[in-house]
Amino acid sequence: MIWQALTLQLGYNATLVALGATLLGIAAGVTGSFLFLRKRALVSDAVSHATLPGIGLAFIVMVALGGDGRFLPGLLLGAALSSGLGLLLIAWMMRRTRLSEDAAIGAVLSVFFGAGIVLLTVIQSMNAGRQAGLDTVLLGSTAGMLQSDALVIAAGGAVVLLLVLLLRRPMLAVGFDPDYAAVSGTNVGRIDLAMMGLVMAVTVLGITTVGLILIVALLIIPPVTARLWTDHALRMVVLAGVVGGLSAYVGAAVSATAPALPTGPIIVLASFVLFALSMILAPARGGLALIRRQMRFRRRVHRRQGLLALAVGQTIHEPFTLALLRREGLARADGVPTDAGRAAAAKALLDEARWAALRADPAHGLSASRYDALTRIETVLTPDQIAELDRQLPRPKEVS
Amino acid sequence: MGAEFVALSLPPLLIGILAAVTCALPGNFLLLRRQALIGDAISHVVLPGIVVAFLLTGTIATLPMLLGAAGAALLAVILIEGVRRTARIEAGAAMGVVFTSLFAAGVLLLEQSDTSAVHLDVEHALYGNLESLIWLDATGWASLVDPVALSGLPPELPRMALALLIVVLALRLMWRPLAMATFDEGFAATLGLPVRAIGLGLVMLAALAAVAAFDAVGSIIVIAMFICPPASARMMTDRLGAQVGWSVVFAILSAVLGYVAAGYGPLWLGYDNSVSAAGMIATVSGLILGITMLIGPRRHPAGLARQG
Repeated sequence: MIWQALTLQLGYNATLVALGATLLGIAAGVTGSFLFLRKRALVSDAVSHATLPGIGLAFIVMVALGGDGRFLPGLLLGAALSSGLGLLLIAWMMRRTRLSEDAAIGAVLSVFFGAGIVLLTVIQSMNAGRQAGLDTVLLGSTAGMLQSDALVIAAGGAVVLLLVLLLRRPMLAVGFDPDYAAVSGTNVGRIDLAMMGLVMAVTVLGITTVGLILIVALLIIPPVTARLWTDHALRMVVLAGVVGGLSAYVGAAVSATAPALPTGPIIVLASFVLFALSMILAPARGGLALIRRQMRFRRRVHRRQGLLALAVGQTIHEPFTLALLRREGLARADGVPTDAGRAAAAKALLDEARWAALRADPAHGLSASRYDALTRIETVLTPDQIAELDRQLPRPKEVS
Repeated sequence: MGAEFVALSLPPLLIGILAAVTCALPGNFLLLRRQALIGDAISHVVLPGIVVAFLLTGTIATLPMLLGAAGAALLAVILIEGVRRTARIEAGAAMGVVFTSLFAAGVLLLEQSDTSAVHLDVEHALYGNLESLIWLDATGWASLVDPVALSGLPPELPRMALALLIVVLALRLMWRPLAMATFDEGFAATLGLPVRAIGLGLVMLAALAAVAAFDAVGSIIVIAMFICPPASARMMTDRLGAQVGWSVVFAILSAVLGYVAAGYGPLWLGYDNSVSAAGMIATVSGLILGITMLIGPRRHPAGLARQG
């Protein structure tokens, strides 16, 4: 069943929904990347919660006008208006009052959501029969999604992607260095506004699929996941799109197999699985790489200290150091250095002596700061400088 | 009015007030430490904690729920810190990754397990059911001194009162070190104060408030009360003690006005159904924040203080 769902064999409607969700996921990952670079990831949390009163009001207005309260474009318009208002309020609070950004975000988030809940209970008392389904905006569901809804979402996702493509350069510039972007002629305020507009569009489109409580995850987790793998901004944006699209696709497909599986949480957990794998495996920032770096560092320290001990004829008691030197053929099992070991030890001692001379000389201040008892001096100084340094050294001692 | 008020409105009103104050107190420090969104994160991860506790014990008894939620809050704080350091990303994004994933896991567990027998679902978790916490044994104001009737009080009321007591005592106990670590963490650290433990203690206190209030009124009030009353109080004064006092006043005001508006407002407007009290309390706290942001004497950012 799951395999069928993943290969899009659950019928036309399910396929359409899965494709719409995928496009939405890509748009969310890509847009979220710019938000993440701008260090404003949690603004999206306020944006998404602030949609609720708009959705409620739109529903009430559409019913009052005699229409269908669940008409999606109408709900989306209401959602966009109220989250837009929430964004303006956050900006106003940060500019005109002493509140910091996190307080502004939290205040808008909770108050708008509370007001939305009030409106939801109003709707419940208005007409119990017709409100069925408005609760799905909280956690999302693709189960009852209409074909036209899926098309609206897919088309919206495509438009967002197109706009991101057009705006990618100024948005990157602002994300990396807003001050530099400002002096080089970019209108930072306007680009921020455009970025928040795109975030709002993604949020609004995602409400029916992922739900407004969890859509923020689709804007944050894929960019963070992508950030683990690369230091190149555009590559990160593309990768975030892939992660977002994949998560949304898997989530929509899996939840289509069983009606009891809510779409939003599955999409979020799918992206979290990708994130967790990246946390472990990523080359520079992952957990495994971290452990490997630490072990390498430990080996370097032990090797250096072991060689210095050999050079002055001390016995090595630390088993790890001894094993390390033995493996490299520098010492025998009883701790006596081999010929190669003696040479390496003499070299280490010379290096240490050169460093000592370097650090004693104030003229070498900057180079001296590179001393960490591990770095070889050849990587810091030129051969000329080393020869110069050697003239100040006492004659190198023979290693007996 | 008397008998009906005591039985139907007094307990939820009191619970609402207690919950609001319990959350607003630690909220003051979270706000000053720019950790306001920690409250948001905690109130989200309380859900998986409670669900896991329920799945393990099979009951919705208070203690396992409390332990589960506190464990989830601790786990979330550790995970956020771990993600932030390992991946070297900003705290906000790390928080976003962790609490949304935990919340999603909680929702999925909830939907997959059979919780229909007990009162545990996502809607309840979000906006609670303050209106249902009624006191059936009450016959009038006299019941307040009648031990038989008092034993029929909704259990949320004494529980919430206990939580408030613990929060007040803990804050009183760690007031000075907490204030120092809040305003100048580096200075507090040079004095030898355990700033990390203080920070963690504050988060645990917030988690306790969130868990107790969550049980009674849902997470939406929790987030609103962590942030709105302290933020309003911040518009009124520059002194920490006064700020805490104002925040308590605003929290009580939000709870009372919100509860009354939700219960009676629709009646006055000619409708016969009341609306969500939790949502209304959050809305009223937002309105209070709006008013203080417009006319509060200390509303301006530092650079704009002289302007009218």
